[in-house]
This record gives sequence, C-alpha cells and structure tokens, in this order.
Amino acid sequence: MSDVAIVGIGMHEFGRHDGISGMDQGVTAVRRALADCGQQWSAMEFAVGGSMDGGAADTMVSRIGLTGLPFTNVVNGCATGGTALAQAVNTIQSGAGDLGIAIGFDKHEKGAFRIRGPRGKDWYGGSGLALTTQFFGMKINRYMHQYGITQPTLAKVGAKAFRNGALNPMAWRRKPLSEQEVAESLMLSYPLTQYMFCSPGEGGVAMVLCRADKAKEYTDRPIYLKAAAVRTRKFGSFEVLAPSIAIEHDPGPTAAASKAAFEMAGIGPEDVDVAQLQDTEAGAEIMHMAENGFCEHGEQEQMLANGETEINGRLPVNTDGGCLANGEPIGASGLRQVYENVLQLRGDAGERQVPNDPKVAYTHVYGAPGISGVTILSR
Amino acid sequence: MTTTVAVADGIFEIRDGKPVLLGTRCTNCDNHMYPRQTGCPRCLFNEQEDVELATEGTLWTWTVQAFPPKSPPYLGPVGDDFVPYGVGYVELPGQLRVEGRLTISDPDQLQIGMPMELVLDPLTVDEDGNQVVTYAFAPKNENGDPS
Repeated sequence: MSDVAIVGIGMHEFGRHDGISGMDQGVTAVRRALADCGQQWSAMEFAVGGSMDGGAADTMVSRIGLTGLPFTNVVNGCATGGTALAQAVNTIQSGAGDLGIAIGFDKHEKGAFRIRGPRGKDWYGGSGLALTTQFFGMKINRYMHQYGITQPTLAKVGAKAFRNGALNPMAWRRKPLSEQEVAESLMLSYPLTQYMFCSPGEGGVAMVLCRADKAKEYTDRPIYLKAAAVRTRKFGSFEVLAPSIAIEHDPGPTAAASKAAFEMAGIGPEDVDVAQLQDTEAGAEIMHMAENGFCEHGEQEQMLANGETEINGRLPVNTDGGCLANGEPIGASGLRQVYENVLQLRGDAGERQVPNDPKVAYTHVYGAPGISGVTILSR
Repeated sequence: MTTTVAVADGIFEIRDGKPVLLGTRCTNCDNHMYPRQTGCPRCLFNEQEDVELATEGTLWTWTVQAFPPKSPPYLGPVGDDFVPYGVGYVELPGQLRVEGRLTISDPDQLQIGMPMELVLDPLTVDEDGNQVVTYAFAPKNENGDPS
C-alpha cells in the first residue's frame, strides 16, 4: 500500500485553552493544514472528521466554507483520529476522491471520561470499579511481575516524556520533570503515580491527503502512507472496564493491528526509525513496545536503562512528549502522532529532530473498549 | 435491625453472610461469563445456563484505588471520609477471572498468586436504613483462625 500521500499537516496547540472551543481548535488545524500545502478549502473533494466532546465535525463547514463536499463524521473512541485517517485513505483508494482532509479535535473537562456501569443498575460504578486508571495499574502490575520491569523504569518513561515535551512548542506540559519527581508524585493507582498518567486535554489536528501519484502537485516533500490498520479485541484479551476476563489468553488488539500493518507495508519492526506509541500512562508505553513487535517482553528494562528510546537512541519513542506531555483530546490524539511523524520524516522537528535522516515512522493508538490503530509512514 | 441488601439484583446472592456470584456457562464450549449474559463471545453459540461461580481463587493482578472515585456513581464514602481500597482480578480455577474490590489496600500485603475468598463489603446505608453491600475478595485464611 503506497498509493496515498500526506501533503499538508496542521495542528492547534494541545493543552487547555479557556474561551476556545474544541471546534475552534479543529478549524485552526484545518486552516494550517491547507496553508501547509498551499490549498484552499474549495479544493477539498471530501472530508472525514471526528470529536468525542467537541461537537459534530461536519458543522465546521459553516465557518470554513459551504462548498457542498461530502463530509463524514466518525466517532470511534480513542481511535477516532486514526479512523478518520483510515476512512480518508479508503476514500482515495476507492477512487471516490483524489484530494481530501482528515480532521480530529476535542476539548474535555478536567477529570473527564466519567464511566457508566456496563449495564442496568450501576453496581459496577457503585462498587468503585468504573475507573480506567485501575485497569492501567492492574495491567502493568501484572506485567512487571511477569517480566521483571521495575518502578524506576516507569519513572524513566515519565521523565523522558516531559523532557521531549519541553522541546515541543505545541505540547501542553513543557516543564521537564526528573525521574525522582515522577516517582515521588502522588500515588494514584499502584504502581502508577500522578505524573505517570496523561490527562484529558484539548487540541486539534488536520491533514490533507491525496493520491500518491499526484502528491508532487501539492508539495515537494510528500510523506507516503504504507499502512493503516485498525483492530478490535478478540476473546481472551485483557481490556479496560471488564468485570471479568477469560483465563484463555489473547495478545490483544495492538499485536493484531501491528502485525496487519507490517504485512501491509511489507517491512518489519527493525525497519522503523521513529515510533509514537500510546502512552496513556508510563506502563502502557513499556508494554506497547513489545506488543508492537519492537522488543521481546521484558527487554524494555534494559532498553530504557540504555536510553534506546531517547530522541538520539536506537528506537526513539514518543518524540513529541506523547500523551503524557500533550494530554489526550480523544478525537485529535491519534492524528497528533501522525503529525509528529510527518515532521520527523520531513526533517522539520526542530530541537527534537531524530538524527540520521529517518525514513520510516510508526504510530500506535489504543483505547477503550479494546481497539488499536497503527500507521506506517515513509518518505 | 439493619437489613443487608446487595448493591444490585442479579450480580450476586447473599447466602450465610457471604456472596455467591451469579454467572453464565456456555453449554457448547464451557466458557464462563460474569455478570450473566446471553451469547458466547468465544464460540458464538447462543445457549447458556445460569451457574454460581466458585467462591475462592488466586489473585491474578491488583492495584489500589488511592483517590475518591466520582460520586455518583460511587456509593462508598468520599471526601474526607474516603477510604482507599484494593481492586484486583481473582482467578476462579477452570472458570474465569473476576474483578472486584479487595479488603486489603496495603501494597505490602498484596501478592500476585495469593489465595483469596469472597466476602461482603459494606458500601453505604440507603434511605430506608438498609446496609448496602457489594462483594470483595479477602485473603483466605488457610487455618481458619480469626485474622
């Protein structure tokens, strides 16, 4: 798969922006993406957009142009942005349009993501079990027990995120924190502390895509989409907000989406030069390194000790500070990862640019109730 | 006299002061499900029977809820009265792993693999003065001594 190219990217700063709606941030991202490839809204043959709490994406046309284009709203939890991108790719591959735009934006209140019980009278929330943070604590606690990952390694992931975020002008949290500060912050859900968790936030991302053979009409630096795969959980997968799980084991939707994406791209993990992996919390980044095929389970302890996932390391991970430093506006989060990879492949990532001219870049989102989306980009 | 009532119907029954979890077993592939549901996600078969789940197992993983959940939905005490509680999955042999509160919230006293058993766990008192309880897992006292 290499018949689709990304030619323009735009982002509204992540963080908290009083008085600026989620939709405002989506509109800003669209204008910036169009400007990035020198195009007008009127040239867009289709649009796909999504947001969880920011309103119906298609209503933004009343502000950016009533051109009559087909505009599809998508909502797919944490994979909303990734799904918007995948739908844009499908539209181009099917021949329904040659040039279009994928959009994701959101704005969540502090401490958002209130969860309701799985069914009927809310015994689950009533009993104090309806918190996603508990799942993350329990998954990494089991993983640490099985594979010998230690708490200082969790703190290393947090410190790296804030160090990278400090180099990213679009990031929310731009103050570096030491491993000690991360480790000694408030314990929220053992073994995870406050600064090991990301927060609900705000932001917007848009990208203009086109048929690969037309890419040079819009930019002299097109980035090609080699794979885009979305998978949901199978029986035996350990997922968030589950009152029970099977004893039978399945490696989960991330492993499945990753395998599918590598097959689609015709390459392997060893070919990837930079990766953005879902880091809802520090443990997730560690587990996702293995679930995406970048190492064996347990090797992360040594890899982090060696600095292999730093910007100048063997496999730089979450070079823009990830969810930890950017927060998680659900609709925009997956597209933020792709935006960062386009910058890295163009060589435009500034102070956080990965050295040695990266050629292949990988993104991975994961969310409730067990969904993963992977993209692979190349120059 | 205070009456003890379950937080919701159809989740567990109270018998001799202990909870019994209400599950479903697929009659085609023996997959166990909790809470009760129709349709088996394992074999896609759609004929199930109601079963009672095992009351003992081993701790598969755990965490500690150290901050008060939002209320509602949480029925337990919040604010200054909040009491941290453990949360874990307990593997019921040959059946499935069930999520529940743990009576222990001290990380030093929780270990993956430790034997656990079901107990009732008080949440709140309702407007009729009933004691509302959910189920929780407590470390199993092998000797039967008071712990």
